[in-house]
Amino acid sequence: MSLPDAEALLAGLAEQMRPHVTPDTALVGLHTGGVWVAQRLHAQLGLTQPPGALDVSFYRDDYAQRGLARDTRSSSLPFDVEGRHLVLVDDVLHTGRTVRAALNELFDYGRPQRVELAVLIDRGGRQLPVAPTYCATRYMPPDGQRVKLAQEDDRLLLRLAPDTE
Amino acid sequence: MARNPQLNKHGELQHLLTTEGLPRDVITRILDTAEPFAGVAEREVKKVPLLRGKSVFNLFFENSTRTRTTFEIAAKRLSADVINLNIATSSTNKGETLLDTVDNLAAMQADMFVVRHASSGAPYLIAQHLEATGRDHIHVVNAGDGRHAHPTQGLLDMYTIRHYKRDFTQLSVAIVGDILHSRVARSQIHALTTLGVPDLRAIAPKTLLPHDIERLGCRVFNDMREGLRDVDVVMMLRLQNERMQGSLLPSAQEYFKFFGLTEDKLALARPDAIVLHPGPMNRGVEIDSAVADGRQAVILPQVTFGIAVRMAVMAMLGGGNA
Repeated sequence: MSLPDAEALLAGLAEQMRPHVTPDTALVGLHTGGVWVAQRLHAQLGLTQPPGALDVSFYRDDYAQRGLARDTRSSSLPFDVEGRHLVLVDDVLHTGRTVRAALNELFDYGRPQRVELAVLIDRGGRQLPVAPTYCATRYMPPDGQRVKLAQEDDRLLLRLAPDTE
Repeated sequence: MARNPQLNKHGELQHLLTTEGLPRDVITRILDTAEPFAGVAEREVKKVPLLRGKSVFNLFFENSTRTRTTFEIAAKRLSADVINLNIATSSTNKGETLLDTVDNLAAMQADMFVVRHASSGAPYLIAQHLEATGRDHIHVVNAGDGRHAHPTQGLLDMYTIRHYKRDFTQLSVAIVGDILHSRVARSQIHALTTLGVPDLRAIAPKTLLPHDIERLGCRVFNDMREGLRDVDVVMMLRLQNERMQGSLLPSAQEYFKFFGLTEDKLALARPDAIVLHPGPMNRGVEIDSAVADGRQAVILPQVTFGIAVRMAVMAMLGGGNA
């Protein structure tokens, strides 16, 4: 199975979401790939709220084993979370642990009305009861490899990289 | 060469004892890590769960309201349980040794000690003792020891300077006041030279300068007006009142005249120069109120940044132990 085209997946994901969002819906990208996807979806869906970005490092469940990630960035949600319809956006959904961390962080900003999850790729291997609301495709990378989103000249593309987990 | 006692075998922070010998990339990583922690204070819930279930003991053998409070806030914003030991009423007054106190607290499942002590080297002694007895999962943060070091103050000053000035390698920085007795000055000097500040000046009367100040990388100025010329950053030090008793200084008034930071002296620095002070300030002794409350002072932001920097240090120490 060949690697899917990220730009085509992005267009498909936007079409899935379009009937379900209002201009007041806010996207929240998960660092780093999810932030790129959220920025692109924001433009394609014509949302009024600027997209937010979460770095879930302070909420990860492997902090005790691995310590704090080296390149932790600031989270920023440039809108009021209270009572809002939010869509978490990530590039690849795998174990579900990042989504759990993101939900925990989100609720420290306020109580949203509804939270959904949009991903470009569901690669299986879930370790938590997490399911995407919107998903462009399912794709299993070959053994020992993981699929990684990159951004070059404002275009998104997918690559395979050795899985170091 | 002996291993740096602050770093583990992977080169990561194990204890924070001094800024001396702390590699540049470790300092930079602490400052970088503090940035996202600064944002936590802006949120509805000003807490993250990193140190949930961990016990941080504030061991203050010397009084300090501000430093203890900011460490306490930092630990609580990391969700740690914080135990403040009031040493004035503790067992050390009944004759218990420092290491016996540490052993007892370690037996209460302490995960981190934040230590302030009047004797230089006390936090190092504790760290060494913990490692020698196989308890290297317990971390030590120096919150000020004797005349030796006050690393989190030095690091929060670096964070403050970087916040306003960005690039250390272009800066002229003056440290003004009682450098001889100041652990803050020592921590600042080591951090500033490691970060590549090309022009570091020490401004003080001869009686308040350590003899090896030039070896530390400072140019000495006994005339404050000369020393402040065109600097980007002015770091004031607190003049401790007890220095006034002996023969080091004639009087507070006289000190203020020659080494107090006034608006007319500050005018010799660059127009966009910032003024730092570790607090608590002696207005009218080392700093004039017009400067302390003026547009160039960043003294209150220092306090706010200090919490983020202490969160970063504790979060870097507290993870990756399993």
